Amino acid sequence: MNKELRYALRRTVPVLCGYLFLGIAFGVLLQQAGYGWPWALLISGIVYAGSMQFALVGLITGGAGVLATALMTLAVNGRHLFYGVTFLERFRAMGKACPYMVFSLTDETYSLLCAETTPEGLDPDRTLLLISLLDHLYWVAGSVLGGVLGAGLPFDAAGIDFAMTALFLVIFTEQWLSARRHRPALTGLAAGLVCLLVLGADRFIIPAMLLAAALLMPGAQPPEKEARHDP
Amino acid sequence: MTPELHTFLLILVCAGVTIALRALPFLALGRGGGQPPALVRRLGERLPPAVMAILVIYCLRGTSFTALAGWLPALAAAAATIGLHLWRRNTLLSIAGGTALYMLLIRWL
Repeated sequence: MNKELRYALRRTVPVLCGYLFLGIAFGVLLQQAGYGWPWALLISGIVYAGSMQFALVGLITGGAGVLATALMTLAVNGRHLFYGVTFLERFRAMGKACPYMVFSLTDETYSLLCAETTPEGLDPDRTLLLISLLDHLYWVAGSVLGGVLGAGLPFDAAGIDFAMTALFLVIFTEQWLSARRHRPALTGLAAGLVCLLVLGADRFIIPAMLLAAALLMPGAQPPEKEARHDP
Repeated sequence: MTPELHTFLLILVCAGVTIALRALPFLALGRGGGQPPALVRRLGERLPPAVMAILVIYCLRGTSFTALAGWLPALAAAAATIGLHLWRRNTLLSIAGGTALYMLLIRWL
C-alpha cells in the first residue's frame, strides 16, 4: 500500500492546494451562517460538490424548500452526469470500491483519473481508489478547518484556488500533446465558448457539455484509433 | 420542524441529487456484464478533452475585459501554466508556477 499511497499523494498535490483553500472558504462561510464545523463535516462528507456546497449555504440561510434545493442541485451539478460515461467499465472492474468511486467523482477527481496512467509495479485499482479517497479527505479537512478557524485565518492565501484552474489546464495540455486527433478538445473549446457567449457565465456549462457530447457522438473513426488512457 | 431538521433535510436532498447524477450512467448503461454500446464507449473516450476545455472555460468565466485587473491575472497565469507545461512537461511545476504568478498579479494589480 505504501508505494501506492506515496504515488497518490504526489499526484493529488494540486487538488490538495485547491481543495484545502476552497474547503476552508466553505467552512468559514458556513460558520458565519451559524453552522459550526460538525455541519461542515457532514456536508463535505456526503454532498462533496464544491460549488454546490456554496450555493447550499445560500439555500439554507435563505430558508429554501426541498424542491428549490433539488432543482438548484440539478442545475449546478448536472455536468456530473457526463463523467461516469468515461469510467463505466473501469469502475465496475474495481468491484467493491465501485460505489465509492462513483460517489466521489468530482470535477477534480475526474480530471486526475482521466490523466492517470499508473506506473508499473503499482496496483492500478488501489492507486485510483487512493486518489479518490485523498481528494475527499482534503476537501473534508479543509471544510472542518474553516469551520474551526472561522474568519481568523493566520495568513492571506487569496488566489491559491487558481491551482484548480491550472490543474485543468495542465491536463488539457497533456491530453492535447498525447492525442493524435484534436477534434474532441476543439469541440469542447468551441462548445464552451459559444455557450458562454450566448447564455452567460451562470448557465452555460450544462448546455456546453450537452452540445459537445452531441457533436462528438457521431463520427467515422473506430474507437481503437483514438488516443486512450490506459485501462 | 425545527430549523436544524429543515437544514438537515436540505443537505440530504442536495446529497441525494448529486449522488443520483453521478450514478445515473452506471445504472442506465451496459448493466448485467455486457459491454456498453459502441456509441457510449466512443463518447466516454472522446469526452475527457472536451470536458477539460469546458472546465477551463468554467474556471475563467468571471474574466472581464473592462479593467486590467479583470483579465490579466487569470489569463497571464493560464498562459504561464501552459507555457511551463510545454517547456518542462512537469505537472507540479506548471501548476505551482501558474498559481504563484496568479497570486502575485492579483496583489499587484
